[in-house]
Amino acid sequence: MKKDIILAGVGGQGILSIAAIIGHAAVETGLYLKQAEVHGMSQRGGDVQSNLRLSDKPIASDLIPHGKADMILSVEPMESLRYLPFLSPEGWVVTNTKPYINIPDYPNEEDLMAEIGKLPHHVALDAESIAAELGTIKAANIVMLGAASPFLDLEYEKIKNAIVFFFGRKGQDLVDLNLKALEAGREFAQKNMN
Amino acid sequence: MQKLLLLGDEAIAQAAIDAGLSGIYAYPGTPSTEITQYVISSKEAKEKGIVATWTANEKTSAEAALGMSYAGKRAMTCMKHVGLNVAADAFINSSITGANGGIIFVVADDPSMHSSQNEQDSRFYGKFAMIPILEPTDQQEAYDMVHYGFDLSERFQVPVMMRITTRLAHSRAGVQRKSSRKPNELKLPENLKQFILLPAIARKQYKVLLENQVHFEQEAENSTYNTYTPGNDKSMGIIACGLAHNYLMENYPERDIPYPVVKVSQYPAPEEMIRKLYDECESILVLEEGYPLVEELLKGLLNKGKKIKGRLDGSIPRDGELNPAIVGKALGFDIPELTPIPSLVSNRPPSLCKGCSHIDSYNGLNEALEKYGKGRVFADIGCYTLGALAPYDAINTCVDMGASITMAKGAADAGLKPSVAVIGDSTFTHSGITGLLDAVNDKSSITVFILDNATTGMTGGQPSSALGKIEDICRGLGVEEEHIRIIKPLSKKHEENLAVIREELEYDGVSVIIPRRECIQTLNKRMREKFKAKAQEEKS
Repeated sequence: MKKDIILAGVGGQGILSIAAIIGHAAVETGLYLKQAEVHGMSQRGGDVQSNLRLSDKPIASDLIPHGKADMILSVEPMESLRYLPFLSPEGWVVTNTKPYINIPDYPNEEDLMAEIGKLPHHVALDAESIAAELGTIKAANIVMLGAASPFLDLEYEKIKNAIVFFFGRKGQDLVDLNLKALEAGREFAQKNMN
Repeated sequence: MQKLLLLGDEAIAQAAIDAGLSGIYAYPGTPSTEITQYVISSKEAKEKGIVATWTANEKTSAEAALGMSYAGKRAMTCMKHVGLNVAADAFINSSITGANGGIIFVVADDPSMHSSQNEQDSRFYGKFAMIPILEPTDQQEAYDMVHYGFDLSERFQVPVMMRITTRLAHSRAGVQRKSSRKPNELKLPENLKQFILLPAIARKQYKVLLENQVHFEQEAENSTYNTYTPGNDKSMGIIACGLAHNYLMENYPERDIPYPVVKVSQYPAPEEMIRKLYDECESILVLEEGYPLVEELLKGLLNKGKKIKGRLDGSIPRDGELNPAIVGKALGFDIPELTPIPSLVSNRPPSLCKGCSHIDSYNGLNEALEKYGKGRVFADIGCYTLGALAPYDAINTCVDMGASITMAKGAADAGLKPSVAVIGDSTFTHSGITGLLDAVNDKSSITVFILDNATTGMTGGQPSSALGKIEDICRGLGVEEEHIRIIKPLSKKHEENLAVIREELEYDGVSVIIPRRECIQTLNKRMREKFKAKAQEEKS
């Protein structure tokens, strides 16, 4: 088993918390893991990514080779396209559709969605809206994790356990809310795989 | 013991705690920050009484660590590559004094300049100082090498350098801990003159260092971190240093490399191993993250003999960090055609946070400078360097820590008026104070903005050494009281601030303007914690 995942977003959007949850589930499964993060200057509103590598064999490189990523999981639509040179031809793009606009030359949204629509394997969802229906847009990243979950080759139970582990000390309400968010994202992906 | 999922930086920190560390000193700098941050936040380190502290700059860090080594205890000092420039005086001379308690200089290089102004390779500093250098390949090796490094340092009474790069510093993997050992007892050097670098003593000490070179070479030859792996295809031999070894492995998923490989993770480079490789192979490929240190060793001045491939002959790009594709190409693999990035994807450079005080400071400065024209703002290193980008376009230089004030002085001496320096509070106490003293002594006509956001912002909000001291420092240096102006950088105070800035730009002498407002990130963090504490209180 090998899963190479590029997590993408804008500095401050919290992609590392998604990485931490997947990482926890992977370690609980007994997999090897390497996860390269971006710290420093780019965290100030710039484009950020994390290379998350899971495998049942020892992993050599901290960076995913070009053309080998199994998934790009992006919490921002334009950022989902920035790392396409890393995606394998069979790889999936799972992306949020809510733009994060902090630059003057952000592309036209319709063009952007059309570009994402052209990708051979993708799931695109408005994670904020789904999270808002459940009660808080703060759970949007967990909705995205849920949408990615069918492609992770990790037992769903293990991912749920990781959610419990991370939100447990913040109270049962938050655990339940995030489990619902996870489930909502997963359901969406299962119905809308393109 | 269970494996811990740690960043390379954190693995080094945990290892130091486990290896009997007594003190760690650093100034924050990407990608080295998380080492010291980890020890400062560690409950275990606190219980063990380990001193873990941010210092004014890398030089003071290195010297404090050397002092701890003098007293017989294990010390670590951590910095980014350019931080070693600041600490260089202490670093190079510490190789002559030697160590008493084990001391490791951890230096984190940033090839590709993700968060830096250059990509200098610290191994050259280590070689220059003639001390052993450790260059871990992965997180586990980084952990293991700290124990080994302290032992090496104590055995040969010499400081040891550990060199890492961004990808190891900021990448997480499972790390197996060793059992923890006790710190050293306080114990002065046997020779109480060891650390006095008077010429007569320094000459002797230097000879000791020179005599030790052969031992350092032998250590590298026998080190378990340097390996020779045979291969049947002798058309090429490969030398892979540190992290580069991972990228080599990545290109052979079954690990069936046909060529002989020398892995180098400890320097001086293992000469015998490399000679053997050179003798038996038709050509050599050198893979190293950073400058071509080993490649130059191999080529020598006249470049006679076999073909050496690497950064110097173009097999590997001359600049930037390595990755699996670059190494794959050098190995002769076809790199598949890649999906291009769609043309509609725009660049998204980092930017000042919404609500950041620097925005208001730059808005005021820009407007006040309109009548004089562009090109007169000397800036420094920190979040405010982002003032170089649109829409501010507010600064003209960023060179090294503290250079804003001294460069503004030089330009003012040349006749540029007004000449403006922009420096952050933490950078000011790091390296700005002495420059301000120069300007005061020469009565240079400069306007210095000390942007006081009460933190070291760019690296994640570590405490600033300048906190609550800036006016006193300026007064003490001799800046006139009436030209130390404190303003509150807020848009509603724009007109008021503008008047102050305009006045001081006209002043013929040293004036200091201190825009003071807390960093929006640390403020938010503080509020969140306050809110949490309050909620906790209500619960109980």
